[in-house]
Order: sequence, then C-alpha cells, then structure tokens
Amino acid sequence: MIRSETPAGRIVKFGGLGICLIFTVFPLYWILITSFKEPGTIFAYPLKYWPGSWSLENYRGLFGTSNFGVFIGNSLIVSLVAAALATVVSLLSAYVLARFEFASKGAVMGAFLVTQMIPGFIALGSLYILMTRMYLVDSRWGLVLVYVAMSIPLCTVMLRGFFENVPASLEEAAMVDGCSRLSALFRVLVPVMTPGIAASYIFNFVNCWNELFLSVTLLNSDSNKTVPAALNGFISSYNIDWGSMSAAAVLSIVPTMILFAVASRYIVEGLTSGAVKE
Amino acid sequence: MALTETDRPALQKPSPRRPVGGRRRFSGRTALVLLAFMAPAIVFVGLFTYYPLLSGIQMAFRNYNLNDLSDTSWVGLDNFRALLHDEMFRGTVKNSVIWVVGSLVPQFLIGFTMALWLRRKFRFRGAYQALVFFPWAVSGFLIGILFRWMFNGEFGVVNDLLMKTHLIDTPVPWLADARYAMVAVIIANVWYGVTFFAIMILAALQSVPEELYEAAAIDGAGKVRTLFSITIPSIRTTLALTVLLRVIWIFNSPELIFGMTGGGPANETHIVTSYMIQVTQEGDYGRASAMGVMVVFVLMLFAVFYLLAIRPRKGLA
Repeated sequence: MIRSETPAGRIVKFGGLGICLIFTVFPLYWILITSFKEPGTIFAYPLKYWPGSWSLENYRGLFGTSNFGVFIGNSLIVSLVAAALATVVSLLSAYVLARFEFASKGAVMGAFLVTQMIPGFIALGSLYILMTRMYLVDSRWGLVLVYVAMSIPLCTVMLRGFFENVPASLEEAAMVDGCSRLSALFRVLVPVMTPGIAASYIFNFVNCWNELFLSVTLLNSDSNKTVPAALNGFISSYNIDWGSMSAAAVLSIVPTMILFAVASRYIVEGLTSGAVKE
Repeated sequence: MALTETDRPALQKPSPRRPVGGRRRFSGRTALVLLAFMAPAIVFVGLFTYYPLLSGIQMAFRNYNLNDLSDTSWVGLDNFRALLHDEMFRGTVKNSVIWVVGSLVPQFLIGFTMALWLRRKFRFRGAYQALVFFPWAVSGFLIGILFRWMFNGEFGVVNDLLMKTHLIDTPVPWLADARYAMVAVIIANVWYGVTFFAIMILAALQSVPEELYEAAAIDGAGKVRTLFSITIPSIRTTLALTVLLRVIWIFNSPELIFGMTGGGPANETHIVTSYMIQVTQEGDYGRASAMGVMVVFVLMLFAVFYLLAIRPRKGLA
C-alpha cells in the first residue's frame, strides 16, 4: 500500500520544483541572451528579456580584440593532456587499492582523501617556488603536471569504486592465459569499465578546464594563459566590456555543461559510492 | 561491492595462511608490480601536493617576501602575531563565518526540500535533474561572473526585476555598497550550492527502504512525523557528513568571490582564503603561509569536534 499524494501536495511539490528550475536556469539564460544581443543594446533601457535581433557581434569582438582563440587552445591542450595522464595514473593506483590488502593501504587512502579537504591553492607560494626551481613556471606543461597531481586523488577514489564492480576472476583468467598484470588490466578490465573511465576522464577535464588560481599563479605570458586566467584579467579592468565578457563566459561554460550532462550519471555514482565506502 | 572469497572461482588454491578478511595474498614479485602501479600516483601527489604543503609550513615561520628576498630568516611566530593584529585579517575571519553560515543554512534547507520532492519517480524526472544540476559543471569563478552581471547596479537584471515588481523604487548598488555586497555574494553561493546538497541527499534518500514509509503510513503517521521519525534518522550520517564537507568546502572556495567582487567594495567581501590568495599575489609568502597553516589547523579542529559531536551515542540503535 503506497500512500498517494493529495492534490494540494502535488501542486506544492511541482510548483516548488518549477520555481527551482526557473531560478536555476535563469542566470544561464541571461548570460546567453546577453551574449547574443547587439553590443549597443546590452546597455539600453528598458532591459530586453528577449533580444530584438540576434547578433554574433560580441563573439566576433571577443576573438578580434583579444587572443581568446589562443586562450581556448591553451585550456584545451592543458585540460585534455592533464585529464588523460591523471586518468591513466589513477587507473593503476585504483586497481591496486581496489584489489589488494597491504599494510600501508589505509595511509595511502588517507593521504589522498586529506588532499580533498585542503584546497590546492593553500600552498600557492611554495608551489610557485618549487616550480621556479624546476624551470616549470610559465610553462603549460608545468601546469599540466600540477593538474595531474590535483586530479589523481578523487579520480583514484572514483575508479576504485568502478573496479570493485568488476569481478577479479576476469583478470585472473587472463593472467592464467599468460597475460601480464598490466596487459590484463588494459586489455580485459579497461574495456568493460569504459563508461566509468570516460566519466572519470570528463570529471578531470572539467576540473582542469575550470581551475583558476594555480593557472593565474604559474603562467604569466599571454601566449600561455588559460581561459579562466584570461577572464580574471578581463574582470580586473575598471571598465568591463560585458558584451565580450558574456560571450567569453558562454564559451567557457557550454563545453563543460555538455560534457557533464553526458557523464553526470556515472560521476554521481562514482562520487556517492566512493563517499559511502570511506 | 567487495569481493569475498566465495565470489571468486577457485582459480587459485586457497592458502591456509590467508588472513581472515583479507582479499588476496600476493608474492614478493607481485608486490614489486603493485608498487610500480602505485608509484606514479604517489610521486605526483607527493611532489606537487604534499611537498609544497610541508614547505609552506616552514615558510609560515620565516620572513619570506618575494619582493625582498635578502633576508629570509626564521622569525618564529611573528607572521601569526602580525595577522592577529591585522584589522583586515580579523575582518576576513568575521566575513568567513557570515559567508559559511549564511550560505550553508539556505543551501541545506532548499537542497533537502528538493531532494524530498525528487524522491519519487515522476515523468521527466531524469531530464529535470539534468537541467537543475548543471551548476555543478560550472566553476565558482564563472558563477561569480554571471552574478556580477546580474547584480550590476545600472544594467543588472536583478534591479530591473525588483523594480518591475515594485519591491524597490530605486536601483540598489548591490556590489558597490558594503551593506549589500555580502548579501549578494551569499545569494550567488546559495544558488551555486543547492545542487550539491540535493544530489547527495537524494542519493541517500533512495537508499531508505520503501517498506519503512509504508509501515509509517499504516501506523497513520503524517508527513511531518514521517520526516522526523523515518527520513531524517535513516539518513542522519549522510546528512552530517555532507554538512561537514560543505562547511570545509564553502570556507575554502574563494573563486566565486573573486569572480563577483574581487573582495570589494573596500575588502568587505574578502574571506580568509580569498585574502590569503591576495597576499600571495602581493608576494608576502610568509604571511600567506601563516594564514594557510591557520586555516588548515582551524578546519581540522572543527572537523574533529564536529565528528565527536555527531558520533552515534551508545544505547541508541
């Protein structure tokens, strides 16, 4: 016997959910239509809630007056490479942590989880000095290495959860057939875990794409800047050009939104199961 | 799902020395392979996360200013003492508390309510979740920029809507006036964080067995009674841990503030972590490190006391 909802209860519930939806989506809607308004009409009164004429002028201006294409390219390179490296490294460590018991396992897991409590920017100064000594300041590859380190702990916890859903008999059978452990891992386990691995990769990518403080600190020259660092430069000026700014914001939000929508089910699964287990 | 002995086919002969509860025994050679598997992760995290963290601790006790590195001697607790006498720092501590409490409570209440509404399946629930949960994919920094535009004093949509509905008569200079700026950044942060609570609480709610609700309904329990006697006790641990994670996370998330106000006007919206980043950017690594040490120390203390306070008491099942 399942208690049915009263009509009044339904009205409250769906009305409430509707209001939440409007509130959530509105900021995104607003930046989108701002970016497609003609530059002059952004500051016209009364405000238009639907652009009278759609225009790509803001986007043209953005790429014309700034190196935004370069920034997007930098962000793409850094995030794609760092996310890939982090996923591969985490696959190896997650496999060990999922399948074996050893004395220092708790310490390793603990050390990984502690990094989630302490923000990456807390030791910005000493990281900068370390990177200077390694000649990795103002280098996109230096930033890649830092992002890999930033992504590994949570990615490992997520992948560990996915490994635990795959029976160990799979790689054992492959190893009896003469595979090494490494090739058993990549030839047998990785193919059956593709959705989980893809989700972890996307999660890493989005986190690197969004990262601000490490990028601002470690990269100085315009030719190396990532998108968030460039936006930080835009908003620091006294007269923000909201036309280009809105276009830039849309271009940095939309890719991550699409990726996240594709992978969100697996990401939520990975994060919540990881959280429950520890 | 942990693999137990019985789950696995007998590919290896079980050894009598196998430790109880252990998943697998392995030889010395396997140990080397496993070490090689773990090594890259440990090296990366050790070098780029833990080494800076530890060297940051010693920096907190030194006079380390990037603008003048002629004297980087040990100064004991001077950096900490200077901070305690710094009006600005004390202001950021106060702001941090307002920021955390002001963001957390509405996030929790709205997120919880949404999770309750989403517990039962309905048509388009999947699509609804995908739409509503999108802020998750966006960085706090960009959320800050979005709200900076909406709260713009002259051309902002917030003022426009409030004036259209006659809630205000003249535009409010949200981000330029110290009285309103903190309210505005907190509204943005509430908006940003509701989703996280909703996701975590919803995941927990779905693990509560339906029979409990049915039994409560048979016993004639009303909505409120069911909420407090069934729902909340069942997901108590998740609620408590989610709140703890959020407190730490909100405290540590100055990105939104950087995007929205940059700490202004007149530093009124700076919290400890955003101030710390500003001091780092100014080059005073010693003082910034001292702030970092204090942040980590205070958060650890908070976590310990919080976990002690919420631990299940003996005698209560």
